[in-house]
Amino acid sequence: MNTQSLAENLQLRYAKEPVTYEPSLPLRTLIKKEMLRMGSIAIQTIVTPVVSAWLYLLIFGVSLGNRVSVLDDFSYAQFIVPGLILMGVIQNAFSNSSGSLFMARYLGYIVDLLVAPLSSGSLIIAYTIAAMVRGLVVGFVIYVVSLFFAQIPWPYLGAGLGMAMLVSFLFAQLGLIVAVYANSFDGLAMVSNFILAPAIYLGGLFYPISLLPGVWARVSMLNPLFYMIDAFRHAALGVGDVSFGLCFTVTGVLSLVLFIWAAALIRSGTRLA
Amino acid sequence: MIVLPQERLSRAPLTLSHLTKSYDGQVVVDDLSLEIQPGEILGLLGPNGAGKSTTINMISGVTPPDSGSIQVFGYDNGKEFIRTRRLVGVMHQDPIIEQYLTIAKTLEIHSGYFGVADDPQWRELLIEHLGLGPYLDKKYVKLSGGMRRRFMIAKTLLHKPRLLILDEPTAGVDVELRSRLWDFVREINKSGISVLLTTHYLEEAEQMCDRIAVLNQGKLVALEETKVLINKIGDQKLKIRFGKPLKAVPEKLNVFPHVELQTDARCLSFTLKTSGEMAQVLQIATQLGLDIEDIDVSHPDLEGAFRQLTDAEASA
Repeated sequence: MNTQSLAENLQLRYAKEPVTYEPSLPLRTLIKKEMLRMGSIAIQTIVTPVVSAWLYLLIFGVSLGNRVSVLDDFSYAQFIVPGLILMGVIQNAFSNSSGSLFMARYLGYIVDLLVAPLSSGSLIIAYTIAAMVRGLVVGFVIYVVSLFFAQIPWPYLGAGLGMAMLVSFLFAQLGLIVAVYANSFDGLAMVSNFILAPAIYLGGLFYPISLLPGVWARVSMLNPLFYMIDAFRHAALGVGDVSFGLCFTVTGVLSLVLFIWAAALIRSGTRLA
Repeated sequence: MIVLPQERLSRAPLTLSHLTKSYDGQVVVDDLSLEIQPGEILGLLGPNGAGKSTTINMISGVTPPDSGSIQVFGYDNGKEFIRTRRLVGVMHQDPIIEQYLTIAKTLEIHSGYFGVADDPQWRELLIEHLGLGPYLDKKYVKLSGGMRRRFMIAKTLLHKPRLLILDEPTAGVDVELRSRLWDFVREINKSGISVLLTTHYLEEAEQMCDRIAVLNQGKLVALEETKVLINKIGDQKLKIRFGKPLKAVPEKLNVFPHVELQTDARCLSFTLKTSGEMAQVLQIATQLGLDIEDIDVSHPDLEGAFRQLTDAEASA
């Protein structure tokens, strides 16, 4: 440590400089850091969900798909592709925001953010953007992989994109909430394995709920994932069980509720450090 | 781009007023008020659980106070937190581990969190002065304890804070590095940057700090200029070893209240209140022509000092 030169530099370059502050930079920096984090774990981010979707397509689309038909004019592979894309979006948006925030809490480096001039709004925006980007990138890659198995007509592409974005936003918020409450990695895994995965599977990923007996069809309609998957499939294939309006309303209201909840938790800061 | 008025920097870097914080009904910081003067190094001392880290956490924004106010260069830490956090740099006691990024990348982006664009020359300077160059491609977890401290100091200074807060910066650091880190802090302070630091080493506080605040059970039990406080909690031990054994304690030295001739008769041990008394003892011993072989001065340990201060507080 050469302190003589340091002292000169401190005098010239530091103490005499005006104190400046660029208001949007903290948010941009956190988004950049989140993107760098995502890049550093690209294999688990992209490859794992893609391999998983590829296996589903291989087993259900190719092997069993020739013997199964759930929708007139469409192959079984075509039927499950929208659900698989949305599953990738959901799981990755959730795991990005929950994993990143929980790790920061668990390992203590969230303090780096708490001592910086970052508002709670900036924290939410940055984690949400990163989670949405990861969810949507994974969803897109799964779509590209699915082209080897099935062609999707996308008659309502705009609605599909809108639903994918809304779903990624919603699960980014859920991830933040879970990350604040979780006390261990098991807590995160439990939500992912015992709540999200069953909700996705029972929300009509592999079958239209119209095939279910009356009471089970009505029970399935209590599952919000049903509206998301149905709208996305509707946008992809042009066939849905319920209207776009109902699906977007349910998803939008739920997103808003989770956003308010997440914002209140982050703003209070009580469980962050 | 916001430019903070230069006149602000002449105000008190930190003013705590009646700061109070409780956890689960237990008061951790109790009605704490103190002020740091511009350019000052203030030491915050206290035993474990005294409330030092909680105080620092409240100043840095990690946890909100239950009541009271914090002002940084006259800005309110709650209402104007953007400005106060821009002005403060905190090095926390516990290592902060961002495991995904390399040291180089972390240092490159870190000032951005504070609204300050990366200044490559300043960053390079810190890297050079803290000897981080060979470790830039590594991740934090691969660094040794000493390197982690250096990295954290660099990280703390990247956005050029005007109030530097160091929470136990030398905990777990070897003697050589400790001394080099303190030299570094002195240089920073010389350029006009105010420093608030906590340490467990009273000798370090004595060497580094202009004033010392002592916390005990969340309460401020002393806030004095370092010399005044050290004299107050005095009880410095002076041992003089002689080449030849003494028959008894020389009469002129026996006037000091706590003097003892040790069993081998070659060592006189004094318990003294002030540095002035110590100078007197040495002067008398020299005048008496005693064959002084070795002198050993030991300061009170922190626990003892706290006991004295808190006893004084209780009896006041």
